Amino acid sequence: MNSDVAAKPLLEVTNLSKHFGAVQALNDFSMVIRPGEVVALAGDNGAGKTTLIKTISGVFRPTAGEIRLAGQPVSFSTPQEAREKGIETIYQDLALADNLTIGANIFLGREPMRKAFGFLPVLDRRKMAEAARSTMALLDFHVNRLDAPVSNFSGGQRQAVAIGRAVYWNAQILIMDEPTAALGVPEQRKVISLIHQLKAQGRGVIFISHNLQDIFAVSDRIVVLRRGVMAGERKISETTHDEVVKLMVGG
Amino acid sequence: MSVPQPQSPPGAATSVAPQADHADRRKTLVGRIADGRAWLFLAALIIFFEVWARVDFGGTFLFNPFNIQSIAIFAVAPLLLATGQTFVIISGGIDLSLGFIMGLAAVVAAHVINATGATLGLPMAVLLGILSAVLVAGIPGLVNGLLISRLRVPPFIGTLGMFGVARGVAFLLAGGTTVPVNNSFFAALGNGRFFNVPYIVIVTAIFVLVMHYILSQTRFGQHNYAIGANVQAARRAGIDIKSHLMRLYILSAMCAGLAGALYSARFSAGAAQAGEPLLLDSVAAVVIGGASLFGGSGTILGTVAGAFVIAVIQYGLVFVNVEPFWQFISVGVVIIISVLIDQAQRRFSGGRQDE
Repeated sequence: MNSDVAAKPLLEVTNLSKHFGAVQALNDFSMVIRPGEVVALAGDNGAGKTTLIKTISGVFRPTAGEIRLAGQPVSFSTPQEAREKGIETIYQDLALADNLTIGANIFLGREPMRKAFGFLPVLDRRKMAEAARSTMALLDFHVNRLDAPVSNFSGGQRQAVAIGRAVYWNAQILIMDEPTAALGVPEQRKVISLIHQLKAQGRGVIFISHNLQDIFAVSDRIVVLRRGVMAGERKISETTHDEVVKLMVGG
Repeated sequence: MSVPQPQSPPGAATSVAPQADHADRRKTLVGRIADGRAWLFLAALIIFFEVWARVDFGGTFLFNPFNIQSIAIFAVAPLLLATGQTFVIISGGIDLSLGFIMGLAAVVAAHVINATGATLGLPMAVLLGILSAVLVAGIPGLVNGLLISRLRVPPFIGTLGMFGVARGVAFLLAGGTTVPVNNSFFAALGNGRFFNVPYIVIVTAIFVLVMHYILSQTRFGQHNYAIGANVQAARRAGIDIKSHLMRLYILSAMCAGLAGALYSARFSAGAAQAGEPLLLDSVAAVVIGGASLFGGSGTILGTVAGAFVIAVIQYGLVFVNVEPFWQFISVGVVIIISVLIDQAQRRFSGGRQDE
């Protein structure tokens, strides 16, 4: 807050509310994410974490409140609009087409075309493979078989492909919903190290997890939600597992 | 639940060494055989009938141009249905209405050509007849697409309903009988040859090439594979699933429309039941060609091989004078072997079997 230039917020959420009929899923919630910052979102089931990220990523329209991206107020009616503005969501259940290559997954829905024989439009597979190679190298994953479908890769590698897709399209805010839940232990560590790299690249990460160990390993701050309201916000360096659990259950 | 991997986690949490790339393994022999199984079947069948012909009556099977021509003509209609079916099956659906859409189109072509032949002249009437057959076939395709994409009817049920509707409409239009066509130009188109290659085979070959291009080289084809593998992922990537499914079922119905038009050209008649026995052949050709009925895999070239496997079995058994009922048994056995190879390949290649 003191040095405005260095820490101009990437994303500001102010007094955000989302009601479903009489159900107040999210109430008067505010938070800020600065470049290179990882903010963990914690809370019990039904605390409003999913509503919050779906409102930020354009799935829901907020009932009240404002979302600012790099200082500009934004309003998304679809997740595609949010993605075009640089907010990308990475889901726990690996939203990849398993039968396609890494490159095809990175470009899914926005495939590059080229002209064969000067007139016939065809998929530009070389460009897709090049993008896959360079993006995966940026994340410190080195794959040689760029023509193999992603079903041949391990869970962590596939999560890296999902993150790579966001990185390739230059997402500034990555919302990661339980990115380690479906993975084995070594793969979880790999994803944690990926998040450290995203942080080093100056992107903002919203990290949802039930695993306090992961949260403490990777986050700068933790925001705890309880019944749709902010139950507390702590710097990771100034809090403990016990305090976070107390905030979550309201003890 | 996360299952710990057998290997110990290498290095510290912040700098993990790059892991082995599972896909680096070279393709196994089983994988290679499985990928090209339809072509292997085809080669084996041709050798089998060639040997049989030589041993049994000292003739030749493969080196008789008449045989090749007949098999190609035989394969035209099932192959056209199967190209449309390939797209649908890759997307994770199935189109059961194709057979009777073909019959409907054949009847429409016959009626339109008869009605306009006197006023428009024979060639123009034929052109109009073929166009209307393909366009009219698009209507049940459009309804299929609406049912499946907007009303969320499962493809099996939606197209089964259309199977009945198209059948009824086709028989009503035909007056319950076969509609003969009196148009010498149409008959010449259906039975003529260019350097010994029948016109309808040329038309089919060009059409199949275009469909191969659409499936393998365009966004539409790419999205079709993605939807078959993971609809959710495709939707999240911004693909318009509803519009894709609409276009998909219209495309497959128009394939059947072309098949119907070529049928009535070949026989100079439109018949509602023209495609009745061909529907299951089309599914069989797609499966023998290497597609999975669960969606996400398959190619047009595989389907071409699959359609020719069926055509060679059917023609070959007649050629060597075996009772025709053996055709059903042979095609059935080939389908089962083909699926068994596919299963074995999945198991050996270590691909995940869940999901």
